[in-house]
Order: sequence, then C-alpha cells, then structure tokens
Amino acid sequence: MAKKILALTGDQAAAFAMKQIEPDVLAAYPITPQTEIVMNYSQYAADGLVRTEMIPVESEHSAMSACVGAVAAGARTMTATSSQGLALMWEILYIASSLRLPIVMPVVNRALSGNINIHCDHSDTMGARDSGWIQVYCENPQEVYESIILAIKIAEDKEILLPVMVCQDGFITSHGVEGVETLEDDKVKEFIGEYKQEFSLLNVDKPLTYGPLDLQDYYFEHKRQQAEAMANAKKKIPGIISKFEPLTNKRYDFIEKYRLDDAEVGILALSSTCGTTKVVVDELRKEGKKVGLLKLRFLRPFPAEEIIQALSKLKAVAVLDRSESFADHGGPVFNEVRSALYELNKKPLMTNYIYGLGGRDVGLSQIKSVFEDLFKIVEKGGPKSLVNYLGVR
Amino acid sequence: MKKKGWKEIPIAGLITEAGSAAKYKTGDWRTFKPVRDEDKCIHCLICWIYCPDSSILVKDEKMVGFDYEHCKGCGICASVCPKKCIKMEKG
Repeated sequence: MAKKILALTGDQAAAFAMKQIEPDVLAAYPITPQTEIVMNYSQYAADGLVRTEMIPVESEHSAMSACVGAVAAGARTMTATSSQGLALMWEILYIASSLRLPIVMPVVNRALSGNINIHCDHSDTMGARDSGWIQVYCENPQEVYESIILAIKIAEDKEILLPVMVCQDGFITSHGVEGVETLEDDKVKEFIGEYKQEFSLLNVDKPLTYGPLDLQDYYFEHKRQQAEAMANAKKKIPGIISKFEPLTNKRYDFIEKYRLDDAEVGILALSSTCGTTKVVVDELRKEGKKVGLLKLRFLRPFPAEEIIQALSKLKAVAVLDRSESFADHGGPVFNEVRSALYELNKKPLMTNYIYGLGGRDVGLSQIKSVFEDLFKIVEKGGPKSLVNYLGVR
Repeated sequence: MKKKGWKEIPIAGLITEAGSAAKYKTGDWRTFKPVRDEDKCIHCLICWIYCPDSSILVKDEKMVGFDYEHCKGCGICASVCPKKCIKMEKG
C-alpha cells in the first residue's frame, strides 16, 4: 500500500507520531510553540483514538516528575516542551537520565528569556546538552515524525536506557505545513514493540528503590555507567536506524552530508537552517562553486568520528550556532566540532557564526554571504575573526 | 568491605533488594564515637529512644553497647543520658 501523505505542521507531525506510538502516559504542560502537540494529542484522547492516561500538570517541573514516576512504574511515557518549560524541568531532566528512564520528549526550540521571546533559537536545548539526554535535531516535519518513532526504539534499548529529546525549530518547523509521508499504525506499533520496564516500581514480587542517597562511594560509578550508556547509544543507533530504514526508505545517520564529498568549503548546521543552506548550495553549485553542507542530526551522542571524516578534506568550514554560550569564544556546536577536528593533522580553517537568536530570520542571502566569506578565508589563509554575528545590526 | 566497580552494580543506583538498608555501613562517617561507663549506666534506655540510627544495642531490656557500623557519632545519646555516663571520644 502506498504511503499516506498528510499535510502536517511540525507540531502536528509530532502529535501524529505520538498517536501511533500511543504511550501509556502523557504528562505535559502547554507552552508556545509546543502547545499544538499537546493540544492535538488531547483531541486524540478526547475522541477515544488513544488509550493514553493524560496528566494535565500544573508546571513542567511536575510534568517531568510525573514522567519519571510513570516510566519507573513501567508505563511508556512521553511529554513535550519548549524554552522556559524545558528550563523549569531542569533538575528533573538530570534525574530522568540518571535513573535511566527512557522518556521521549519532542522539544520545540525557542529562545530563553530574557527578554521574553517566543521564537526559535537553540538556547533551550543547548543548555541541556550535558543533562545526559540523547538529542536529535530535525530539519522538517518529516524528520520530526520519523525521529520520534525512532527515538522510542533508541531510548528503550536495554543497553542504552536513556531519555531522548527530539528537537525541531519553533514556528519555522513547528507551524509550517509540509507533506509528511506517514506509516501505517500497525507498522509503527510493530517497530517499537511493547515497553517492558525491567525494574518496575509496581512489581511487588521484586521490590526496589529508585533514587536513594548516593555519596562519594558509589555516585561516580553510576555516572560512569551513564557515560557507558551514551557510548552504547553511539554504537547501537546505526543498527536501530538500519531496522527502521525498510519502513521509510530513508537513512537517518548521525550526520547528513549534502554535496560535501568534493566540496572545498562547507557549512555545518542543525535543524531548519539546513534546508535553507541546501538551496544555497544548489545555487552556488550551478555557478561551479564547490560548496557543501554537513547537517548534524545527533548532538548527543556526539558523532565525532563521523564529523572528522566528513570535514577532513575541506579547506574551510563555518559552524552555525543558533545560540550564544557567552564564553567570548564561540557557540557550543562550534567548540565541540572544532575540538573534534583537533585530531586531524591537516585541519580545515574554521570560523563560527552566531545567528538567528530570538527567531531572527536567516535567509538565502545570509547563508550565501557565509559561503563567500569561506572562500575569502581560504584565499587569505584564515578568518578575520573566530566568532561572527550573522544578521545582527 | 571491597567496593564494587561500575560494571558489577545495578544501573541507576537502584537498590534491588528490599530491607537492605542495614547493609549500608554508615559508621565511617563518624568523627567521635560514644563510649559508655557501664558502672554508671542505669539502663533507662533513653539513649535507645533518642538514637536516630537504631545504633543502641539492647539485650534483655539492658543497654549492652553501640552498633559502631552504623553509629554516625551524632552525640545525641551522650546529650540525653541522665547519668552522663556516655562520653564522645575520637574514633
């Protein structure tokens, strides 16, 4: 049977994936621009299309706390958030990953206050990159839909058991309608299988304690286990993707290379900006300029080897950061990518662009100017400055 | 007791055995330990009532000593003893 193509926004694509997953519990609090996810899911629940226990909590701190309890009890559990909501979840984010609870959470990226702003940048999830969650960044609603289904399988893998954030750009992706190829319900259910919590709080035959005091003597060992779980994620995600591939006929690796193999200069970016960059790459290629794009899909686990391999032959690379880390030394993605490339004997010249903060639009001409800068950098043997601000007055 | 490595313990700090709190020896948190003058002790068991760590050992309704594997050395027993027969000493 031909795949059904639905006209969905990123938020609707997330809600539709969640409907097919049909988690046992969904605990969430509405926040722009994530609201549509929970709103649509509530509609599914009200219409009797899903049997999920919806918990309308009083804050995101409570949402994530309810998720922690539900997954520990043995329920497949999901939530969704944005920006301030993610910030309010903060301490429980660490508890979810430390307790190895496979919660899958769509995050609609939005700038953090202050000042208050509802539009896209990545400052919310970049701040959470050390919280022990796996992070996937999606270019469009199609990727959102498929990544959420994939994330369930990754999170619940016995050798991984880590929560996953599936990120999409606020409004740009979350409220933009695109055609999304969808799978049949039973195909999704068959792929994800049944959630079996090995350490269920409700199993009276095997009573256990979650979250006891853990001091100098064993805390470190548990953190070492968490580091190993993330290393296992790195090892096992390609295999999980391979099992998903026949369903979608798409290959979702840690990274996506776009016309990069013979490129002289390249841009590394995340999420919806990759779509914009692909258009510019195609335009410049028509002019005979050897440009390419490296889309980073997974930030956690960090695919260092894949990045090194993809960028090693380039003469110059620009890393686009949609958040500022206020280090006076570039954004978070830039620093991690640049650090990975330290292994290379012959390194590409590198520069960083902080862009799009608070939803500031980034258009084709700006991306084009970055490629032009890169050719100048190659010509002059280095960038004018390590960190640049793209599109600021 | 030799402590286990990260590969040998349950994930996430889970305690998979019920009623196992006594196996966690908290005695090494202690700086001062309680020492009793047996001759002065009247076995009123006020120390037993107050001890927050169940570390006063009692046999046949008599105070017989301290559980030093769990006593954290808080000194409450010494403070509440009506005969002042418990002293806190280094160790």
